[in-house]
Amino acid sequence: MTLDASSLQVVKAERAAPRRADRSKLASVGLHGALVIASLIAVFPVFWVLVTSFKPDARAVETTPKLVNESTVDNYVRILSGDKGNFLAWFGNSVLIALMTTVIAVFMSATTGYAASRFRFPGKRPLMLSFLVVQMFPFAVLIVPLYNILLTLGLQGSSFGLVLVYCTTAVPFCTYMLKGYFDTIPNDIDEAGRVDGLSPFGVFWRLVLPLARPGLAVTAFYAFLTAWGEVAFASAFLSAADESKTLAVGLQVFVQQNRTEWGHLAAASILVAIPAIAVFYLVQRFLVTGLASGAVKG
Amino acid sequence: MRRFLDRHWYAYAMVLPVVVVIAVLVLFPLAQGVFFTFTNINEANIANPVLDRAATYIGVGLRNYLNVLSGDSSYGSFWSTLVRTLIWTFSCVFCHYTIGLGLALLLNRQVRGRAVYRVLLILPWAVPAFISAFTWKYMFNAQYGIINQGLRAIGFDDPPVWLGQNDWALVAVIIVNVWLGVPFMMVALLGGLQAIPGDLYEAAEVDGATPWQRFRHITLPGLRSVSSTVVLLGIIWTFNMFAIIYLITGPNPNTRILVTYAFERFFSGASRDYAIASTYGVLILSVLLVFASGYRRALRKQGEVW
Repeated sequence: MTLDASSLQVVKAERAAPRRADRSKLASVGLHGALVIASLIAVFPVFWVLVTSFKPDARAVETTPKLVNESTVDNYVRILSGDKGNFLAWFGNSVLIALMTTVIAVFMSATTGYAASRFRFPGKRPLMLSFLVVQMFPFAVLIVPLYNILLTLGLQGSSFGLVLVYCTTAVPFCTYMLKGYFDTIPNDIDEAGRVDGLSPFGVFWRLVLPLARPGLAVTAFYAFLTAWGEVAFASAFLSAADESKTLAVGLQVFVQQNRTEWGHLAAASILVAIPAIAVFYLVQRFLVTGLASGAVKG
Repeated sequence: MRRFLDRHWYAYAMVLPVVVVIAVLVLFPLAQGVFFTFTNINEANIANPVLDRAATYIGVGLRNYLNVLSGDSSYGSFWSTLVRTLIWTFSCVFCHYTIGLGLALLLNRQVRGRAVYRVLLILPWAVPAFISAFTWKYMFNAQYGIINQGLRAIGFDDPPVWLGQNDWALVAVIIVNVWLGVPFMMVALLGGLQAIPGDLYEAAEVDGATPWQRFRHITLPGLRSVSSTVVLLGIIWTFNMFAIIYLITGPNPNTRILVTYAFERFFSGASRDYAIASTYGVLILSVLLVFASGYRRALRKQGEVW
């Protein structure tokens, strides 16, 4: 077992980039100009919520936009103190549900993806095809029966029922991505491990999984975001009690028919976006390699 | 049989949990959902163990399908909703792909600050969709939204009421969804671009190919397999995209697509009509299956098999 794991990381393919010196000044300006404009469009809404989150509700609806307008941290204080609905409970529920979904989905899709990548077994093709078809299922066709099933199992309104439901959406896609990623890890490693006396599970657990970390990171990211931001099932399946809501459901309280509390909503949004952006920042350097190998081999 | 199990049991053991979950939570519900479309199930007659009530719904044959497919407005005007869904899906995916490809091409060059640009450009993906929906709802507000303020500032005295009862609402939700979906395409295509071997470009340059020819004959074919996968996924996801429309415009009939209407029937309204919701679900699934098999056949004709 003297394999050096780092030397086996998937190497980025040589890129076909023209050397910078080849480019005229004008082209450079155009390139940066386009990227700057695109970045501004991408970032602006987030920036604007951040600005709004410090304004009192009454100032957030003024018709002349100002960056700073009686800005304080009052909104945050009120949200966190539970003045505006039980925000911390919603947050806890969302974290719990998202983490459970991530762990279960990554574990299941890793084993399945590995089996699909390494072994030839009868039923493999139909299985992979069915994962693709499952992507097509609109929740509308499943929502009534799932509601029915959760009612029967007594899981209606519980977080665990929701986790199971999220896994059905996250697992097929994650399996596809991970299968693609495992395909890029040379089979020789498995064989070397076998020669050294590891069982197939040992090979998977001790050799392949550590090498697949970029792919696993992307998968985890995807599963986490699936659960963190889901609206339809959470709205329909969680009980109406305030302390059992997730963030996606709870925050709808701020957007009422007649009057929307934009300041408070913005502050809550920032608090919700921070964990997602943090998770995202941790995995983003893996995103391109992880996603590409999954999509290419699809 | 014995030998068969000996050879394959590792594989089956690893696949089993997923198969069980999919079977219990997808295939079985699917069968049940199809069954419900032939009944009159609703909130009042579904079995409810909490209330200790048995199911009392009855079969109604094809009546749900006939009602929905007649296009009657009390059943959601199926045909015009379908057309709106198609407009929504194809305009979103078209913009996702072209903008995503453009940005991926820019990012694939050696640019100073590439890493920074990449992080900024992927940001919309990192923000949860419901947060983005609320944000854009705020920005699209007709009176105090920053977008209309901006339009007024540059001389449009009468900017549109974005989220009202007219087609601007559809334009608005499409803009939001495009903003939301470009990063995924960009990242996937960037990965595809990086997998194209550089010597192809060098050889083409030596042969005197113009940049357009290089793009047309190296880049696009090189991206074929990534593109075909992500475009298909994009179409399926957008077709079923629910959160954005539901959270931004709610039950506005001008932005109604098939999934949002199905959810309306399931969740809101005086009587929750589960049968109609299921019927819509089955119809959506049929449209997607027909489309996907056609798509696959078209790819196969070009020699691409997956």
